[in-house]
Amino acid sequence: MPTRTFDEQSVSSFDNPGGDLVVAGVSKRFGGVPALSDVSLTIEPGKVHALIGENGAGKSTLGKIISGVLEPDSGTLTMGGTPLVLRSPREAIGHGIITIAQELAIVPGLSVAENVYLGSEFATAGFVRRREVRRRFRELAHRAGFDLSPDVLAGSLSTADQQKVEILRALSRNASIVVMDEPTAALSGNEAAALHEIIRSLARRGSAVILISHFLSEVLSLADTITTLRDGHLVRTVEAKDATTESLIEGMLGRTLSSAFPDKKLAGSDAPIVLEVDQLRAPGVDDCSFVLRRGEILGIAGLVGAGRSELARAIFRDAKVSQGTVRLDGTELAGHSPHRSIHRGLVLIPESRKSMGLMMSRSVRENISLSRLDLLSRFSWIAGIRERREVARVMEQTTVKAASMALPAMMLSGGNQQKLLFARSMMKTPSVLIADEPTRGVDVGSKRAIYDLLAQMADDGMGIIVISSELDEVLGLAHRVLVMRNGRFTADLTGSDMNEQAVLAAAFDETIAN
Amino acid sequence: MTNDLATPNNELVDDLDGHQGLRLGSLRLLGSWRTAGIAIPFIILFITLSAASQPFLHTSNLINILDQQAATLCIAAAGTLVLVAGGIDLSVGATYGLATVVSGEIGLHHSALLAMGASIAVGLLVGLINGIIVTVFRINALITTLAMSFVIGGIALKVAAGNLIVLSGDGGFAKFATSSFLSVPSPVWVTLLFVVVLGLLLSRTTVGRYMVASGGNAEAARLAGVRVNRIRVIAFVLSGGAAGLGGVIDISRLLSAQASGGGTALAFTVLAGIVVGGTSIAGGEGSVWRTAIGVLFIALIGNGFNLLGVDPLYQQIVLGLILLIAVGLDAWARSRRR
Repeated sequence: MPTRTFDEQSVSSFDNPGGDLVVAGVSKRFGGVPALSDVSLTIEPGKVHALIGENGAGKSTLGKIISGVLEPDSGTLTMGGTPLVLRSPREAIGHGIITIAQELAIVPGLSVAENVYLGSEFATAGFVRRREVRRRFRELAHRAGFDLSPDVLAGSLSTADQQKVEILRALSRNASIVVMDEPTAALSGNEAAALHEIIRSLARRGSAVILISHFLSEVLSLADTITTLRDGHLVRTVEAKDATTESLIEGMLGRTLSSAFPDKKLAGSDAPIVLEVDQLRAPGVDDCSFVLRRGEILGIAGLVGAGRSELARAIFRDAKVSQGTVRLDGTELAGHSPHRSIHRGLVLIPESRKSMGLMMSRSVRENISLSRLDLLSRFSWIAGIRERREVARVMEQTTVKAASMALPAMMLSGGNQQKLLFARSMMKTPSVLIADEPTRGVDVGSKRAIYDLLAQMADDGMGIIVISSELDEVLGLAHRVLVMRNGRFTADLTGSDMNEQAVLAAAFDETIAN
Repeated sequence: MTNDLATPNNELVDDLDGHQGLRLGSLRLLGSWRTAGIAIPFIILFITLSAASQPFLHTSNLINILDQQAATLCIAAAGTLVLVAGGIDLSVGATYGLATVVSGEIGLHHSALLAMGASIAVGLLVGLINGIIVTVFRINALITTLAMSFVIGGIALKVAAGNLIVLSGDGGFAKFATSSFLSVPSPVWVTLLFVVVLGLLLSRTTVGRYMVASGGNAEAARLAGVRVNRIRVIAFVLSGGAAGLGGVIDISRLLSAQASGGGTALAFTVLAGIVVGGTSIAGGEGSVWRTAIGVLFIALIGNGFNLLGVDPLYQQIVLGLILLIAVGLDAWARSRRR
């Protein structure tokens, strides 16, 4: 198979990219839900072009369309005036469009140089010409200004150095456009600063860099041009020098809260405390304290990776807790056992129902009764009739719709699968329920049903924690909102302080949190 | 078609391909195939053999098959639980060997009952060690039990000092093997009881349900409060105990014990029976009664080939092909589901 090998011509041509990339009227829908609507923008060579927006605003979708991962439903891409049809990432690479994804795509067991030239090895009769690879690598690293040894195993490098490997791969493939999706999300301060320098140098060399980022300060200091997206629409494209943190946040906002939420019945401030978290430290969680009262719905907001799910799992005792205490109904929850948490009355609905929640090929009945089979059995013998009766009861209570409780979970719609997890939690009413992304991948109708369910549970006297990346959802449901950033709470909002402006400010940048 | 998804994310893609009606149909078919699965070829084979060979249908021949397969059936029944719980136990052959020689050595000087108890205790102990290594030290079950089978095999050789241990023909072992009830030998009754108990354990008890959950999605099971490690240890302990029980049955029948008595051949015969029975090697589904049919199916092939005077060479080839078909069907079923 002919591969694009790294030849002398391509070395020189990464200094001469292929002109403007024009995105014209691009739309993309997922199962009827618009993710991008009529977005047009121009990416110029030698510039850093940032895409910003809330979670789900469409910035990653746009990045994926440009890098060939997704095809637009309508609209066109042109590069240097020629139409561009990208059916796969491979075709995009062929046009010099390289993506550096959130999850790095390096092979840990291969050396740095082998990773850089992966898929385009110089081979003679099937044997990789190692010396040639190494020589080319040195040349390339020198041009990029990186100090990396070609022979080190890529898996042993720091995240920042692994990113350098990816960037070198991009350069070796003659990149005229580099798409970076949250490149600094996984990096420490120093590493991020180093990457910023690399991004600037890529632009100086004439490549266009598309930077998708949650970090507004990063965007403001790096980008030449900033495009703001909201709900799949392009809000505006501005020069970075004309933008401020406030103007960017204002651009990402502007959506009224829909009335798709049940009425809030606030818990009294004297309601008994059901959960008390004190100075909790765990991987990804840094010194978090809060109390949850009976009947309260507490929202935890923040960006993806801020430590929300980590906090949930630390409270649930599914993660190693290095410091701090969790008290449930006044008694300390110690040890490291989801089993004990559940039996003490603390349940977690995990963020991914598919990988962490359900046995997809097992029946609705088995999935629902799993957590509390102890209540349905004597000497471990399951009472079949009682199981079916109890499962039917909680299915009704949590409005699970399934033709039969013998159906495998995978046959249900996303919304009903999610409700299965609620049904499982309700086999015995817990005192605290933590719902992590309770409506991810759920249709609008089921969303409302899940909101009603959460409100009803709180009304019945449970303490509820809702973690969500959808700001509407947190604000629409919660009585009180805690905002997380880098594993810490940066804001505790109630009443009229609980608005998008305040949440976004605390989520994006702690310097403007107050 | 679901219209899930307000936000673009990975789950989206999965939800979009849900042509539910279509999938429902093929899944039901698949489900019924899985349940009926091995039963149909088994019945066909049984009828064919009955027609082709005069001696096949004789009660003595059929009981003889059951008697010969008793140990394998016990071990495979427990092995099914290990597979369902998401593990695999390749050490059963060596465990069986160690259990028989320990039991044989004790049986030479002490009561048969004590020797039988020792055999089962050795099996349980090995199973416990396997389970602890796999869960606490998180070492892959295949590698753990493979390594353990070398260790145990070595210990067994040491115990027996390389000898064949021969037991007297009028001791407790011999009485157990030759006694019968309703003209069915005791070892067959014991096996039947054991297989039924394990079958009920898997399908009707909380432990069985937890095994299915642990093998189907360990992470989800753990977050749902299932103590996955404990459940897997139980499965390994039962598997080891079954190897010990199999040892008891075979010493009684053969009145001899040898360190190399089980070995890898037994481990693979057991695994073949389980897989032919339609239990998934990926875990999360399976059934003990289908394993029993799988083991007997393989035994019938051997018996039939013998009765019909076919070269045993072909027996191996046919068995290999059947295994491939069984695993292939499982893989195909899984890929269809995605």
